[in-house]
Amino acid sequence: MKLLSSFAFGLVFGVGILISGMGNPGKVLNFFDVAGTWDPSLAFVMGGALLVTAIGYRLVFRMERPVLASSFSLPTKRELDMKLIGGSAVFGIGWGLTGFCQGGLIPVLGIGLTGPLLTLAAIAAGIVAARWAMSLSRRGTTVKA
Amino acid sequence: MTDFTPLTSFAGGILIGVAAVALMAVHGRIAGINGILSGVLTARFDRDWAWRAAFLGGMVASPLVIVALTDRLPEIEIPSSPALLVVGGFLTGIGTTYGSGCTSGHGVCGMSRLSARSIAATVTFMATTAVTVFVTRHIFGA
Repeated sequence: MKLLSSFAFGLVFGVGILISGMGNPGKVLNFFDVAGTWDPSLAFVMGGALLVTAIGYRLVFRMERPVLASSFSLPTKRELDMKLIGGSAVFGIGWGLTGFCQGGLIPVLGIGLTGPLLTLAAIAAGIVAARWAMSLSRRGTTVKA
Repeated sequence: MTDFTPLTSFAGGILIGVAAVALMAVHGRIAGINGILSGVLTARFDRDWAWRAAFLGGMVASPLVIVALTDRLPEIEIPSSPALLVVGGFLTGIGTTYGSGCTSGHGVCGMSRLSARSIAATVTFMATTAVTVFVTRHIFGA
């Protein structure tokens, strides 16, 4: 039940991505290209998603607990630190180079083009490298730049 | 040039929101795709691994639904060269790991909870994405 529902939610998420245009890097890059071939469509994606999630979360958090889990897992960090801002800035540079963020990329993998596979491999390498670097610094080891 | 598609984009956004709310209501989890992908890349095959893999599996299968509904594949245009895809993808993986989230985790799930961290993260990456696109397209002429 847990896996089946999770698969179904992933399916709905992916269909949403593909219908919205978030999976099309050409469209994503045009959204950011205000000085050129600007296509403001993706603002409507964020609008629709935020509308549903803001209202839906509000209702969901009135429940005692999730249907198939013992509690809600929510981020507990509050402080705005350099890791958050610096990391997000680097993400934006990467997103601007490819037009693929993780959510946009994964559904496109199912189409079987090589570009998205290449991007996924690079993202995975970045995630693994960053986690490795973070675990080194947590252990107090000096990381040479 | 891509077409302005406010209606289908809005409808897609609604589906993304429905999936995020359902994942929270049923599993109690944030629909942050970077976090889900990152969790699948660990070698710990526990219960969390399984639901994350199932969610990603559903995402990968989603083009089949589009084909069944519309009889054709969604339009995917990839303007960047393979080299740019690799460099950009690597930066995306590093950035979202340090920044603890991506467009879905911070942009949708976090902002809808009015998380200050997520709002700051989203403003930051939207700004650097826009600057990157401006520099590559209008200064380097890519």
